[in-house]
Amino acid sequence: MAGIVIATLIVGVIGLLIGAALVAAGKKFYVEVDEREALVRECLPGNNCGGCGQAGCDAAAAAIVKGEAEVNVCPVCSQEAVEKISAIMGVDAAATVKKRAFVRCLGTCEKTSVKCNYVGIHDCRSAVLSGLSVWECDYGCLGFGSCVEACAFDALHVKEGAAVVDPEKCTGCGRCAAVCPKNLIELIRSDTKAAVACSSRARGPEVKKVCAAGCLGCKLCTKQCEAEAIQVEGNLAHIDYEKCVGCEKCMEKCPAKVIVRL
Amino acid sequence: MLRKTFQGGVHPADGKEFARNVPYRTYLPKGDLVFPLNQHIGKPARPVVQKGDLVLAGQLLAEADGFVSANIVSSCSGKVKALENRKTVAGLSVPCIVVENDSSYTLADGVGAETDAANLTGQEILDKIKAAGIIGLGGAGFPTHVKLAPKNPQEIEYVIANGAECEPYITCDDQLMRTKGSEIVEGLKIMLRLFPNAEGVILIEENKPEAIKAMEQACVGQERVRVQAVQTKYPQGGERSIISVVAGKHLKLGMLPADAGCVVDNVATVHAIYRAVCKSEPVMERGFTVSGDGVKSPCNLMVRIGTSFSEVLLEAGGIPEGVKAKKLLCGGPMMGIALASLDVPICKNNNALTVLCTDPVEEAQKAQTACLRCGRCNQVCPLGLTPQMMAVAAEKKNYERYEKKLYGLECIACGSCTYICPAKRPLMQLFKQAKAEIMAAKRK
Repeated sequence: MAGIVIATLIVGVIGLLIGAALVAAGKKFYVEVDEREALVRECLPGNNCGGCGQAGCDAAAAAIVKGEAEVNVCPVCSQEAVEKISAIMGVDAAATVKKRAFVRCLGTCEKTSVKCNYVGIHDCRSAVLSGLSVWECDYGCLGFGSCVEACAFDALHVKEGAAVVDPEKCTGCGRCAAVCPKNLIELIRSDTKAAVACSSRARGPEVKKVCAAGCLGCKLCTKQCEAEAIQVEGNLAHIDYEKCVGCEKCMEKCPAKVIVRL
Repeated sequence: MLRKTFQGGVHPADGKEFARNVPYRTYLPKGDLVFPLNQHIGKPARPVVQKGDLVLAGQLLAEADGFVSANIVSSCSGKVKALENRKTVAGLSVPCIVVENDSSYTLADGVGAETDAANLTGQEILDKIKAAGIIGLGGAGFPTHVKLAPKNPQEIEYVIANGAECEPYITCDDQLMRTKGSEIVEGLKIMLRLFPNAEGVILIEENKPEAIKAMEQACVGQERVRVQAVQTKYPQGGERSIISVVAGKHLKLGMLPADAGCVVDNVATVHAIYRAVCKSEPVMERGFTVSGDGVKSPCNLMVRIGTSFSEVLLEAGGIPEGVKAKKLLCGGPMMGIALASLDVPICKNNNALTVLCTDPVEEAQKAQTACLRCGRCNQVCPLGLTPQMMAVAAEKKNYERYEKKLYGLECIACGSCTYICPAKRPLMQLFKQAKAEIMAAKRK
């Protein structure tokens, strides 16, 4: 009986001592956490895509609370979420412009053809490094899907040899644009009306030889556009999205149908 | 007696039997010649001719722009047709000078003038080398006049003419040593003038007995010059492998050959130095091997710089009828670059065209499995790196570990690990990509 009492006392005393030590340590090493950080973090999407330039959503929330980043730093957040974050931080909501990725190439297997048999690592960057021009067109999408791998939102897929963006899922974080070795992916405002889906800077006849969906630099679109929104530079049409009114006259006239509605 | 060698390395089938006994013949191109402005490592040369200018063989087309850069001379006479972007071996469109060949090969003034090297000072020798546009003809393409002017010429102990030619199929250096032995020794002696305390070593793998004999004969009665035969093992021709054999020193991280008291140049470069200094001939032609089981008559050719690969393949009889060539390589099968098109020009540092009827990469890809952790890649790496761990880091894009912990940037891309890998992993390609991405991030 005495043994049990002694054991209980010893364990009880040790428990009390350790408890006291924990309380003391908790006080001494207390790290102040801004409660706003957790609230901001809840408004962020949580995919840790890195589109904001921070290490992930936690880091982005911390940066916003510390004032190191703007409240609309997250390119993925909706306007609603930004307003919530602004309310938490007590600042005016900045207007966010929703963006999306756009692949400036339509060169599927049907439109262009494979020039040489690339065998090696299934990655666009590796293919570019090998120096082999895989497709007849030197400028187009390689279709090995480096962008698909980079996308955290399952918004990009390679269909018949060329990458296609799913605008519903795309959040405009820009990770795909950063990995594309051909610089084909452009981040554009999601309310853009028309865009040129080709990146070839080769001259018209050469483009015609290698791809059925290549910009020939023929300037028919320039002549059609009443808003003067289209310019042809370096054998490639460019649309000034600010000026474009979305009349779609250029799309009708384009012989290769490279101007697409979004 | 076993000869000296370096640590690691592999023994691939050497394929030298195709062309090793075919003596050089000179091939004069018929079509236009294309001269890319960035044949060397460093800044591209600056053109000094304009469209429509008439040029002669040996005339300067573009001059070195900056410290690490090299001159480019015309290798034929004719009219400058265009200054435009053309595709090169590496698959990129780069600025090139295109010369319409008039097929007369009229030499420019002063080319071929005999000079006695004994009367020249060290600086005059370097100036002549620079004017001739000599770069590392073995493949690296580093401007030779820069390499031969290290900070401490007194401390150089060995000047090494690299005749290892360890890359399978290629035999142009072998033939050069057999036929131009005395000129190579003269070239080496000119280099030794720049390095008063150095010994000249001609390093040859023992699978080239005729070349060893020819060079030994050429060295008879010559001071400060000797031939060293070494074991046949790939990559014996790598700079570090050579230095470890000749000087017994292992280059540490970031060390240059000159820091270990060595200057290493390919025998073709040494021969070009002889021609530039003694004959005032700039780099207009080079030895070139066309070989492989997809070539009708494999051969060694003296080709003009700027000749198209397709012309050279035709000169070698083309691809025999009924044979389907599956792989075209600029260089050999270990380190060569696969070509998508033969309409690219031969640069100063391209030494071979290999045509293969099988594609080993395709077959390897079919048989690829996960890493077996057998560690053979670690054993064969001539630099003592750990390719197995580097591959894991590269695949996970853990570039910090790749660079800082595994010293992956030291990889010379010799391909020994990929050759030996029983799981057929594409190791070298992973390393090349990792290196390219790390270097790109550093430039930002």
